[in-house]
Amino acid sequence: MLDKSNLLDTRQIATFIARGVLRFDGLMDDAFNQAFLEGYAAGRTESNPAGTPLSRCFPGGGPARELLGMPRVLGIIQSLVGPDPRFDHQAYHVREGSDERSQHLHQDATIDPRRQHFDIQLMYFPQAVTPEMGGTRYVPGTHLRIVSETSVARYQNMRGQVHVVCPAGTVIVVHHGIWHGAGCNRSGKRRVMYKVRLNPVVRQCRLWNTDDLDARALTPRVAHNPKDRDETDVQNILCSSEPWFEDDTRRIEWVNRIQLWRVMVGNPTADAHYWATRLENQP
Amino acid sequence: MARWRQQVLILYLSNSCLDSRVVSWAVYDGTGREAHMPGDSDQPPYETGLAALKDGWRLLQLSQLLPASAGQEFVVSYQRYECVFEKLEDTDARQV
Repeated sequence: MLDKSNLLDTRQIATFIARGVLRFDGLMDDAFNQAFLEGYAAGRTESNPAGTPLSRCFPGGGPARELLGMPRVLGIIQSLVGPDPRFDHQAYHVREGSDERSQHLHQDATIDPRRQHFDIQLMYFPQAVTPEMGGTRYVPGTHLRIVSETSVARYQNMRGQVHVVCPAGTVIVVHHGIWHGAGCNRSGKRRVMYKVRLNPVVRQCRLWNTDDLDARALTPRVAHNPKDRDETDVQNILCSSEPWFEDDTRRIEWVNRIQLWRVMVGNPTADAHYWATRLENQP
Repeated sequence: MARWRQQVLILYLSNSCLDSRVVSWAVYDGTGREAHMPGDSDQPPYETGLAALKDGWRLLQLSQLLPASAGQEFVVSYQRYECVFEKLEDTDARQV
C-alpha cells in the first residue's frame, strides 16, 4: 500500500489540469541515476507489449522497473492515472550531441478528442541537462488543444515555451496532449531521456491525496476580484493564463479545464470563477 | 536565375487586430542567409503585426474570422490569428 504522503496534492492536480505538466527537479538521487544509465547501457531495456499492466511489464527487472517502482514516482502515477495503469510504450530518447536541427513541434500519437480522460507521459532525465544539450522543449497549456500530431510544426516558437534545463534525476510528467519537441543537442555529449506512456484503467476521479480539497476549491465565486490574487488558490490556478494564449480562447481554455476538473473531483457543478455556471444557466 | 528571394514571416496574434500582441511566430529565409528552426528564439521578432508592417514586411494574408460550428463552440485547436508577411530580398545587392 502506497503511503499517501507520496501522492500529489490538490494544487498539483489543478496545476496539471491547467498546464498539462508537472515537474520534479532532482527527484532521483545520483546513485539511482548512475545505476539507471548503467542498466540502459547494458541493454536492460526490454518490456512486455503495449496493454500490459504496469506491474507486470518488466518481468526481467531493469532500470525502468526500478524507476517506476519508486514510491514517489508511483505516487505521481497513481495520482493521475490510478494504481497499476496500462503500459502503452516506452522510449529511450538519445541525442548524440551533434544535431543540426531541432525537432518540429508536435503532439504525440494521433488526433485525440478525449477531454475528460487522459494518458500521461513520464519523462526522466538521468543526467543533468545544460542549455547546450537541447533538452526537450514543451509548451505549457497546449494539452487541451485538439490537433493532429505535427500539424502544429508551423509554430516555430511560442511565447512561454520551456526548454528543459534540469539537474540529474528530474522527472517531468505531462498530459498526452502537450505540444513538445526535442531540442538541438550541440554539446558534443550524449543526452539520454527515458519516456513512458501510461493509460488509465480506472475513472480518473479523486486519485490523489484529497486531504486539502475543501469547499473553497469547489464553490463558484466571482471572477473579477482584484483582492483574489492568491496563486496557490485552486480556482486561480485553473483560471491561470499562458503567454501564448489568444485573448478570447483563454476563456475557452478555462471552461475546458473546469470540465476536466469536474470529472476529476467527481462534482458536476464544481466551477472556477463562475465561468461554467454562467453558461449553464437556461431557466 | 532570378536574384530575388522571398523571406516569409508568420505571426500569430492575440486577437484579430493587426496591432495586437504576437504570441507565436515563424521565420523562413529564402536567401539562405539565416537558418531558423523550432525553438530557436524565446522572444518574437516584433511585438505586434503592425510593428512588422512598419519595418517593411508586406502582409500577404490574414486568417479569416469564422464562427464556431454548432456544438464546437468550446473546441480549441490551432492558433486563430495568423498573419503571413513577406519581404523580397535582392540576393545580388549584398554581394561584393
